Amino acid sequence: MIQLTDIHKAFNQGQHNEYWALSGIDLELEARRVTAFQGPSGSGKTSLLTIVGCLARPTRGRVRLHGEDISGLPERFLTEIRRRTFGFVFQQFNLIRGLSALDNVMLPAYPEGKPHAELLQRAEVLLARLQLGHRRHARVEWLSGGEQQRVAIARALINDPEVIIADEPTANLDTTLSKQFLAILEELSGEGRTVLLTSHDPLVIKSSAVHRVVGLRDGRLCGD
Amino acid sequence: MRPWIEKQRYLIDYTLAALARRKARNLGLLAVYALLVFMLASVSLFGQALRQEAAAVLADSPEVILQRLVAGRHDLIPPGYLEKIGRIRGVQHQQGRLWGYYYDPVSKANYTLLVPAAEAPAPGHLRLGATLARERGLQAGQPLSLRSYGGKLFTFTVDEVLPASSELISADLVLLGEADFRAFFDYPAGHYTDIALSVANPQEVRNVAAKLSAALPDARPILREEMRRTYASLLDWREGIALALLAAALLAFAILAWEKASGLSADERREIGILKAIGWETGDVLRMKLWEGLLISFSAFLLGLVGAYVHVFHFGARLFEPVLKGWAVLYPRFTLVPQLDGLQLFTLFFFTVVPYTAAVLVPIWRAAIIDPDAAMRG
Amino acid sequence: MTRRPSARFGAFLAVLLLLFLSMLADARRLAPPRQQEQAARAALVQQLGLSDLALFTEARYTRHLSLADLHSPFQDHPLALDHFPSGSVVPPPPARLPHYAPLDRETTLPD
Repeated sequence: MIQLTDIHKAFNQGQHNEYWALSGIDLELEARRVTAFQGPSGSGKTSLLTIVGCLARPTRGRVRLHGEDISGLPERFLTEIRRRTFGFVFQQFNLIRGLSALDNVMLPAYPEGKPHAELLQRAEVLLARLQLGHRRHARVEWLSGGEQQRVAIARALINDPEVIIADEPTANLDTTLSKQFLAILEELSGEGRTVLLTSHDPLVIKSSAVHRVVGLRDGRLCGD
Repeated sequence: MRPWIEKQRYLIDYTLAALARRKARNLGLLAVYALLVFMLASVSLFGQALRQEAAAVLADSPEVILQRLVAGRHDLIPPGYLEKIGRIRGVQHQQGRLWGYYYDPVSKANYTLLVPAAEAPAPGHLRLGATLARERGLQAGQPLSLRSYGGKLFTFTVDEVLPASSELISADLVLLGEADFRAFFDYPAGHYTDIALSVANPQEVRNVAAKLSAALPDARPILREEMRRTYASLLDWREGIALALLAAALLAFAILAWEKASGLSADERREIGILKAIGWETGDVLRMKLWEGLLISFSAFLLGLVGAYVHVFHFGARLFEPVLKGWAVLYPRFTLVPQLDGLQLFTLFFFTVVPYTAAVLVPIWRAAIIDPDAAMRG
Repeated sequence: MTRRPSARFGAFLAVLLLLFLSMLADARRLAPPRQQEQAARAALVQQLGLSDLALFTEARYTRHLSLADLHSPFQDHPLALDHFPSGSVVPPPPARLPHYAPLDRETTLPD
């Protein structure tokens, strides 16, 4: 589904602190599978996810989505692809403070301009499914860490994306909550969604919910 | 079309929800902003209505008033002057006028004593401006005693108080007969204060004025056009009060813009990063902020404008009274004809809505080019 | 369910627009009677041969601004700030400026 060809990513290119986060990644990611990227910090996991998720462009190399080269598309189209194809769960959750859980969940759908009643209902269903129905009008900063993550997951699902991208999803959770997350992960994968995540948490890497583990070190692949 | 409208509504939903997070601060901002518009709009509406009033009311004042100057000061017209003017071609009619100033120690106010050319009050009788009558508590039929500059006490009967609707031009007028006037001021017989002239052909007014200046070198003709021009820049934007307000307004906008530009907090930058990461385009972020600027400034504009209208046309621009009144005791009560022309409203709109919207938008433009992957990097 | 912020703001804006429209309507309603009063004032001006508004009665030269002699108002310079607040609302009569101009030139030249 997603093909990466000779992906390089440089930061501060041409300056004295030039740094290559990724140097030559060739990878094919299958649909409907849960793939985990494993590696020490600085190995390039997150950079790889930003490129796959159209948040950033590779310095060199090609990204193909459903066989179509998307690395050269202008920002508008890239944003549209990102909005419709990918849902993001960030490590810090990145919810907008001061807004309710419901408002946060609906945000990624705003640029689509769908009828409000439809969107509202979808958001309420998602929140209820994630056991947050009773907290939907609470401001997100009043929620616990686990609740915040579930709001973030609901937000990632609002546009019904094919791919969920999660960056270190269990980094801020205790064991019980991490297991809860893995259960949600299985559910998503069971719905036929592709899940890409980064982690160095053994609980995640060894979990049966994860189908494939890709190792990274110094911006290069090191074995599946 | 529908998705477009729905999308704009979503953007408005977001910007309002974001503003509601700091409700007190943003309502305060709206109030201050509306107050600013109120002051500017009040000056603009009041000035415009007053200038229109002056133009309309003074349209029929004398075409030329001829004064005599001695040593740079206004002096009496001696006998024989009127006859000299009669020989100048183009002058249709000339009339010696009698008027002067009187300081009344009772009300501590200045009055203008004037002898009407027609229908002058009978000897011993007066007609009074309504402001003056109110100040002295006088009504028709009551006596009024004035001590002349010569020290003699004169007692008059008030025949009539001029209509209250004419206060703007007649506030301090005391109309009396010629004999009373000359006796009261010890005015030498045959002398006049100045001369009012009418000219047969309105196109000829300037020529006639030039001829008058040549024939009477000590005379100074004042044309109606000049009298009216005197009031044409009353409360204009260049005048002190308006300028001070305008400067304050511009300063406030500058502070606001600076605060917005430099004070784009880490939080706001983070939020823009998040919005872009979850699928908002740069254009969506800018449109959302554009809505913020438009909604706030448009509300402030409407609030301020309607408030200014009520202030100027229903409350007689009471806030400006201390300024216009100055050190005077008599101040007319007057109502102005409401003037709301499109250009004026547009100018106000333009100078209040556009700068604020720009001030909101410009710094966001810089922030909106944040890379969306910033959200990923915490 | 609470109403959307845009709906609530829409209602607020509708109230403001209504106020704006009633302002326009009120101006139309007020204009004719006030124009009549204005016409009466204009008639009085013609009848009495008046030349000025009675807005500033504080001094001779502010009461009859257009008739004041050359040297009383704005005594130091035609554009100097006047002693009275009126000076911040009306500029010197434009007709007087040409009379001042030669005086002004003379004073700027060292004798």
